[in-house]
Amino acid sequence: MKEKTQVVDIDRSRYDFRYEEDESEYLESGIAPEIIKAISDEKNDPEWMREFRLKSLEIYDHTPMVDWGPDISGLNVDSIVAYIRQKNRMKTDWEDVPEDIKETFEKLGIPQAERESLAGVGAQYDSELVYHNVRQEVAQSGVVYTDLESAMHDPKYADIIKSHFMKLVPPTDHKFAALHGAVWSGGSFVYVPKNVHLDIPLQSYFRLNAKGAGQFEHTLIILEENSYLHFIEGCSAPKYYEASLHAGCVELYVGKGAKLRYSTIENWSKNMYNLNTKRALVEENGTIEWVSGSFGSHVSYLYPMSILNGRGASAEFTGITFAGEGQNLDTGAKMVHNAPETSSYMNTKSISKSGGVSTFRSAVVVKENAKGSKSSVNCESLMLDSISRSDTVPVMDIRTKQCDVGHEAKIGRISDETVFYLMSRGLSEEQARAMIVRGFADNVSKELPLEYAVEMNNLIGLEMQGGIG
Amino acid sequence: MSELLRIENLSAAAEDKELLHGVSLEVSEGETHVVMGHNGAGKSTLGSVIMGSPEYKVTGGKLIFNGEDITALGADKRARLGIFLSFQNPIEIPGITLSDFLRNALEQVTGKHLKLWDFKKKLAAAMELLDMDSSYADRDLNVGFSGGEKKKAEILQLLILEPKLAILDETDSGLDVDAVKTVSKGIEEYKKRTNGALIVITHNTKILEALTVDKTHILSAGSIVSEGGAELVDEVIENGFEQFAGRE
Repeated sequence: MKEKTQVVDIDRSRYDFRYEEDESEYLESGIAPEIIKAISDEKNDPEWMREFRLKSLEIYDHTPMVDWGPDISGLNVDSIVAYIRQKNRMKTDWEDVPEDIKETFEKLGIPQAERESLAGVGAQYDSELVYHNVRQEVAQSGVVYTDLESAMHDPKYADIIKSHFMKLVPPTDHKFAALHGAVWSGGSFVYVPKNVHLDIPLQSYFRLNAKGAGQFEHTLIILEENSYLHFIEGCSAPKYYEASLHAGCVELYVGKGAKLRYSTIENWSKNMYNLNTKRALVEENGTIEWVSGSFGSHVSYLYPMSILNGRGASAEFTGITFAGEGQNLDTGAKMVHNAPETSSYMNTKSISKSGGVSTFRSAVVVKENAKGSKSSVNCESLMLDSISRSDTVPVMDIRTKQCDVGHEAKIGRISDETVFYLMSRGLSEEQARAMIVRGFADNVSKELPLEYAVEMNNLIGLEMQGGIG
Repeated sequence: MSELLRIENLSAAAEDKELLHGVSLEVSEGETHVVMGHNGAGKSTLGSVIMGSPEYKVTGGKLIFNGEDITALGADKRARLGIFLSFQNPIEIPGITLSDFLRNALEQVTGKHLKLWDFKKKLAAAMELLDMDSSYADRDLNVGFSGGEKKKAEILQLLILEPKLAILDETDSGLDVDAVKTVSKGIEEYKKRTNGALIVITHNTKILEALTVDKTHILSAGSIVSEGGAELVDEVIENGFEQFAGRE
């Protein structure tokens, strides 16, 4: 009478389309200083950036490979084409965007998203921004939303970029931060002036297309005092047969009393090495809220870090990770309390199935000066079968007694009794399991923007589909 | 009245231990049956096996529902044929609201899509009947519900899903007098509206007061040791189960 469910792999064909990259130019594979110079020439970098890139390459060469997390020996950085240049320059009018690129975007729902009153779209096609449009209302409020390269050449922003670029995540941080510093290309620059409260979210959609291409986009967001911004970053990539690398970098500066909400849903193809670095610096009474959904990719290392640098600063991290067959997703967050009365809250869920491995790695650091601070970490894991794995690696470094730090971890499986209960109300075993997983993910999907929540629910539904036999 | 459920010489085991030994029982449409017995006599096992719990293996005999052999069917298919089990210990499902869950279940059981507005009206009416605060509709299923609220939520599901046969597994246990009254009202309403059949597993008579009992079965050590009409219930309440021991 006992039925077995075979949970099969998701049909990723929806994401696995790609077009010929005939307009792209490949630079040589491998990372010699000549390549970095070529990138720099191509971008007409200011002198400081050219030096920065070459210096980063040097650091890269001297930094050992990461060896403390999931295996990344399948990744051959030298063979990945560091930079694919679209011949298309920046477009501000949707009509001028080439057809095949438009089609790709349409499949990803970008124009639709825009119709739905999302403020600006900065979609990255391979390494260049080809389409960029900021609604007038956004521009009128004084908010700057542009690509980083353009901003770097604009005398109004050149200095601010120079004084912030890779200051939070220096190239010395780790090998892939160094690589990023050397080859970064594309990405967004957002500047929100003092007291400006942007009600509509800004959205960017990253996507890898060219085979073997790495993606090294850089996101730099600066919020001045008492401002507010919601930034949505979505990632999706088609399937390749060679190892692909994503080593982006996100740097967020949250000023006094400002609040930034940074939502991401990453849905990379399953051969992707996602080695992304995200960091926020939060000043007095400022708030950073991260919402992060990690699906897809072969291997992920992703731990957004919040540095609470002023009294009363706070950080919240809400994340979900779904690891299926052949996936090893190492995700989590880091909170650094570096001022009194700061608070951090971490709430994560991870799901593993079909032999997938998901590891929750967290770090809470409370410095001696962070008296009266509070931190709470809550992680829950759900394993859908006995061949999948789920690990929790919490680290705490507490240097003052005058703080309140809590940690709760739960690892579970779906009980037969629960499935039976739902089945006794007419739900099939598959529907029952999908419902339980959806419920498990609910408090995270509630935090996601609606269209992402819907996509995540669909994704869970697809992941859970299978024949009974 | 025509036959609804026929249990033929049913034996069932959990982890190689046989818990039911050749139980036979017939329930016709609209009838109310009472199953009584000591703790551990196999009452809940019988209810779970009729519903199709994967925890138990049927080792002999069969289950016929509406003329169809359902012995090998999964619980979901039995639910769609019209069997319902009110759980003794309802399961908590975080992240799924009572309302969403029940709407989903109703669509599965009826195979029809119901408009949200119509469903909400139906749900609100049933909740009112059961003295349930309307806020429960948007709460996660059974999560943080008290024992009494969980049992009410089971009867709420009974009222919405309107099965042909409902097994109530100690629905009255752990309830105070008022809650038993409310739950009884719900069961009465179900009978009135659907003329559904009931198998009531219970220890006391309060829940039976509003019902006309057709048959009573006494289970002991996995076998039916005595059967009779409504009068048997009173006999048990008065004299206990000891008198039935050894009648096997």
